[in-house]
Amino acid sequence: MVAIKKFPEEEYILKGTAACPGCPITIALRTALKALGKKTILIVPASCSAVVQSLVPKTSFGVPTLNIAFAASASAASGVAAALKMLGKEDVTPVVWAGDGGTYDIGIQALSGAFERGENFIYVCYNNQMYSNTGIQRSGATPYGAWTTTTWTGKKEIQKELGEIVMAHHIPYIATASIAYIDDLYDKMKKAKEINGPRYIEILAPCPPGWRFDMSKTVEIARLAVQTGAWVLYEAINGEVKLTSYSKMLLKRKERRPIEDYLKLQGRFRNLTEEDINKIKKNIDEKWKRYMEIYKEKEEKQ
Amino acid sequence: MSMKTAISYPTEGGMGETGSWRVFKPVIDESKCIKCWLCWIYCPEGVIVKKEYPEVDYEYCKGCGVCANECPVKAIKMEREKK
Amino acid sequence: MKIIDTANHIAALAAKMAKPSVVAAYPITPQTTIVERLAKYVENGELNAEYIRVESEHSAMAACIGAAATGVRTFTATSSHGLLLMHEMVHWAALSRLPIVMVNVNRAIGPGWNIWSDSNDSMGQRDTGWIQIYASSNQEVYDSIIQAYKIAENEDVMLPTMICYDGFILSHTSMPVYIPEQSKVDKFLPEFKSLWSLDVDKPITHGNIISPADYMDVRYSMNQAMKNAKKVIIDVGEEWGRKFGRSYNLIEEYKCDDADYVIVSTAAIASESKFAIDKLREKGKKAGLAKLRVFRPFPKEMLRYDKMIVIDRAVSLGLGGIVYNELKGNGDVYGFIAGLGGKDVNYRDIMRIYELAEKGKDGWYGIEVK
Repeated sequence: MVAIKKFPEEEYILKGTAACPGCPITIALRTALKALGKKTILIVPASCSAVVQSLVPKTSFGVPTLNIAFAASASAASGVAAALKMLGKEDVTPVVWAGDGGTYDIGIQALSGAFERGENFIYVCYNNQMYSNTGIQRSGATPYGAWTTTTWTGKKEIQKELGEIVMAHHIPYIATASIAYIDDLYDKMKKAKEINGPRYIEILAPCPPGWRFDMSKTVEIARLAVQTGAWVLYEAINGEVKLTSYSKMLLKRKERRPIEDYLKLQGRFRNLTEEDINKIKKNIDEKWKRYMEIYKEKEEKQ
Repeated sequence: MSMKTAISYPTEGGMGETGSWRVFKPVIDESKCIKCWLCWIYCPEGVIVKKEYPEVDYEYCKGCGVCANECPVKAIKMEREKK
Repeated sequence: MKIIDTANHIAALAAKMAKPSVVAAYPITPQTTIVERLAKYVENGELNAEYIRVESEHSAMAACIGAAATGVRTFTATSSHGLLLMHEMVHWAALSRLPIVMVNVNRAIGPGWNIWSDSNDSMGQRDTGWIQIYASSNQEVYDSIIQAYKIAENEDVMLPTMICYDGFILSHTSMPVYIPEQSKVDKFLPEFKSLWSLDVDKPITHGNIISPADYMDVRYSMNQAMKNAKKVIIDVGEEWGRKFGRSYNLIEEYKCDDADYVIVSTAAIASESKFAIDKLREKGKKAGLAKLRVFRPFPKEMLRYDKMIVIDRAVSLGLGGIVYNELKGNGDVYGFIAGLGGKDVNYRDIMRIYELAEKGKDGWYGIEVK
């Protein structure tokens, strides 16, 4: 793993963006672009990231960026990748940079199509678990119990597991990351860059105005999500799932911090009942049980 | 100038001097700083510059306080801006 | 070389000879035989291109946009519901000023499912900023597709271009077509050019947030480009005539000089109209035809006749025939809606329409109106 102090100093996000103070998107994108480098083309659907760029004729993004309609990022990236191949510029990496609305919901058809076709690009979903750009509406990634402006009494359904859906596409590289574990995020981006074919990286991106927490706590909340086991860091290389060290050490339940530590800092969970919290706990435990089984199988094989 | 399509060029200060958004400003105590550079990498705006010690570009710093919150040795304090 | 084949196969051949680097397409009746043939060309090495077998038409246009924005020539084809699903990206392509070329095989819109000819699909894309050319024969299909690239990629235009023709009536009907040598097509078509592209050495962002004032500027420039396109289409059509013997314009007039009534129609109805004009002339009626080849930009200034009969295979419900309404004010215009959903319109129907107009009638043709 590359030490933070050794990350490249080049900045591809130029100061004075339109992002809210404490925005997780620019934290993630700054480091992602340090790892990916200059030879990157971003494809951005409708999202906060489209706004962050600031106004025509200025952009805060220092790499070529194609904004595209909400449902179209994976297909537009397919076109970019095909053109790069025809131009003999395969050292340039097309990278979709999309939110969870554009990935879990409206963009999932194009994403699935492109992954099944084996298109050569990286798809990054920064997951802030809602439609933040349009004003905090629920998405397929919004967790159970969370307040949003379309779930005033808390979301009644459990979020879908997109990583598992993506896994069913047999793509060479899948990873989850967190802005708190930035060296791991950098490492996974670097690794993805060197692989051919579809690559999917999902980054949990806690949003201060959307999740209702103080803007100084963005990284802290992201860290708590991992430490409580609510967000799991893993890689799946050619289908083989491997927990990342920060999450692997949480396989034993007692190593995981109580979920309340994570929930209580967020205004969106303010009205959870004990029953709701138990449901969230059960959901997390079930998820970890599946990882335990994967690891048991691994040990048995050896 | 006739704009033919929505093309934009990389520009610092796309949204102007975003330092004016700030209510609290980060102040770094160099005597405490251990140069771990976490403030530099966690800064959402990229306004902490790598010099001998971290230096804040106040022209653009939005004052979110992530740097102060993440500093492992509490070398960064958020101080209210004076008008 | 003269070959006999269907318009769809001719379209695939024309697309191949224009040498696009990226083809992205999704199958839909009656467009399918175009994309099947193109897949064959790519797989057997006759066409050096990346063929993206997308999962929807929305993605087909998005992929073309991504590829064109990266700096290569693109092609796609669709029909009816495919074009409608694509609609968002059809706008996006034009606003991005990317010179994408697309064939739309005209087909009715459901429900009920109807795969037959009807122009409402493409005419519904009227205001997207695409140049629209309607072909009346397989030869015109070939010639117009090659020309479309030269028109779209002209620096004064830089707008995507759609070639439209009737499902089955043309798409699946074999006709003789002259195919020029590849080297002559290569000479006719310059290297791909575009207004902008995604280049890591000159990074730009395309399509971020835009102010009302700048947005209006963009729309104005698109309208100017459409105006410029009129001259460019004529120039390219004339150049084609010099090089290949068949000239093209925005409209094609037939026996209009002394005509009492001029029929205005598009696509297959226009070629049938030509036959009807001869028959009407045999009966002593001074009939003329102005075939509308280019629907956008609309050559309103060229279609000025004292008495016009417009036959529309498309309707703006609650208003009337689409071309008819666009021509109102250019003379006495009699509008007829005919042939929707592939309902047959043969020369006898057109003669009847002519005679109805002579009696001052117009409206829906072939419907029992109580």
